[in-house]
Amino acid sequence: MDEFKELYQEIIMDNNKYPKNFREIEECSCKVHGKNPMCGDNFTIYVKLEDEKIVDCSFQGAGCAISKASASMMTEFLQGKTIKEAEEVFDLFTGMIRGEIDATDHFDELGKLVAFSGLSQFPVRVKCATLAWNALHEAVTTGQEVVTTE
Amino acid sequence: MKIDVAKIKQDFPCLQNSELTYLDSASTTQRPLQVVERIKRFYCEQNANVHRAIYDLGAEATVAYEGVRKKVKEFINAPTVLNSERMPKNIIFTSGTTAAINLVAQCWGGSQLKPDDEIILTIMEHHSNIVPWQLIAAKTGAKLKFVTVDSNGALDLDHYRSLLSDKTKLVSCTHVSNVLGTVNPIKEIVQEAKAVGAITLVDGAQSVPHMPVNVTDLGCDFYAFSSHKLGGPTGVGVLYANPDIMQELPPYMGGGDMIEFVTTEGASWAELPSKFEAGTPNIAGVVGLGEAIDYLTSIGMENIHNYEQKLTEYTLEKLQEIPSIKIYGNAEKRAGVISFALEEVHAHDIAHFLSQKSVCTRAGHHCAQPLMNHFGVDSTTRISFYIYNDTSDIDRFIEALNEVRLFFT
Repeated sequence: MDEFKELYQEIIMDNNKYPKNFREIEECSCKVHGKNPMCGDNFTIYVKLEDEKIVDCSFQGAGCAISKASASMMTEFLQGKTIKEAEEVFDLFTGMIRGEIDATDHFDELGKLVAFSGLSQFPVRVKCATLAWNALHEAVTTGQEVVTTE
Repeated sequence: MKIDVAKIKQDFPCLQNSELTYLDSASTTQRPLQVVERIKRFYCEQNANVHRAIYDLGAEATVAYEGVRKKVKEFINAPTVLNSERMPKNIIFTSGTTAAINLVAQCWGGSQLKPDDEIILTIMEHHSNIVPWQLIAAKTGAKLKFVTVDSNGALDLDHYRSLLSDKTKLVSCTHVSNVLGTVNPIKEIVQEAKAVGAITLVDGAQSVPHMPVNVTDLGCDFYAFSSHKLGGPTGVGVLYANPDIMQELPPYMGGGDMIEFVTTEGASWAELPSKFEAGTPNIAGVVGLGEAIDYLTSIGMENIHNYEQKLTEYTLEKLQEIPSIKIYGNAEKRAGVISFALEEVHAHDIAHFLSQKSVCTRAGHHCAQPLMNHFGVDSTTRISFYIYNDTSDIDRFIEALNEVRLFFT
């Protein structure tokens, strides 16, 4: 239960209840749907790019607390980042929640996102936290429009 | 007869961990030790391939395997229609309910359906009773129609009647909803289908384990169910099939056991049921299914049904005391499957929290997305019972569910 409480810490609960950037970007550069068919998580991620830089990022949709908080914190984190920086954090973030890398070694790069490090204890929830990130990754790398995590 | 659940629980090795509250039997049940031991005994003492073996061990394996076919026939009260080897022609072993439905869709649908023929399904079907028909409809040009449900999750029979016509070739319907717990009036549905000349298939995955089922009385042409939802092993299922229909159909898969004669020019088919059982079957699995049926029969299906009804009533009463709960499915006739949602807490967060309290529930769309869309939800949390559950399981679940509310709100 302690690990569960660590996972659902305040920052995640807050971002679930009061998500950041929970809006549409009308003039976006890419708009991607991320779906988790088994759970019914379903988000749209909006990205506005200018010269390889993410000048705005937002999301809309519905899902569990972990997936929604992850999408919220991702959109907050990516404001002003370059695509290259976003991709580096994508690798670190997915590595962290799969338990492949130690979050404490990358505290500077990950910042608040280390809140999700507890997920490595719950493999069944990994897909919840990666949903928004996978959608973003596909958006900026392939331009594919619907991303499914299963 | 009063069911001694404490004694029954002792039979299930996975439930010996006293912390565990297993409430996911609609997905798969636990298996009693008797079934596990029977499979072990088959492999240790009786293992050989079935049919055509001349030696004693092979004969013994065949007797064990074919004995279960007769047992299944009696268990669901199928009419006695025997082939030349005195095997029931109307009991076909498959790998599960899904395989059984696909067999009918491919063999019957593939050979009989024409463009604009209609298949009637219901909105509460499991994907395994939707997708096989979509696949065959795409090939044949047949059309699918879905019977809707009312706000309690009961089938709208007036809507069903309005869909029936001389274009209707098949009605395929679940006996018990795996999401809502609704028990459908199968006999009535079958009678109305027959009146327009349609054949009928019943998905019995959620019914056969929990209540007496009499396919002769129901009058359907096909009835499918799985072993692993009634305490038997995974990878085994049964298709009860009207032999008059099956006789005329092309085979499902080609291979050993399903042929009569093979030449380089072609082949002729074995008689029923072997025609639809190509290849070496899941012999040990079928033997295990037989043991599971014996186990249930020793308790009595009527007793199991009555017991689960009482446990369901108890649970519903307790659940209704929880503020902000919404229960999906309140049909008059219902089984021990309950789906619910809590306001402002996602089903996955509920199920994950409950799992931390060793309460096993299921969250998601339960392989019934059209039904979830109908109710306008992405996912629900579901609990489902079996004979090894008692009120102490329910009390632990309710206590944990109350903690979920405190934690998330």
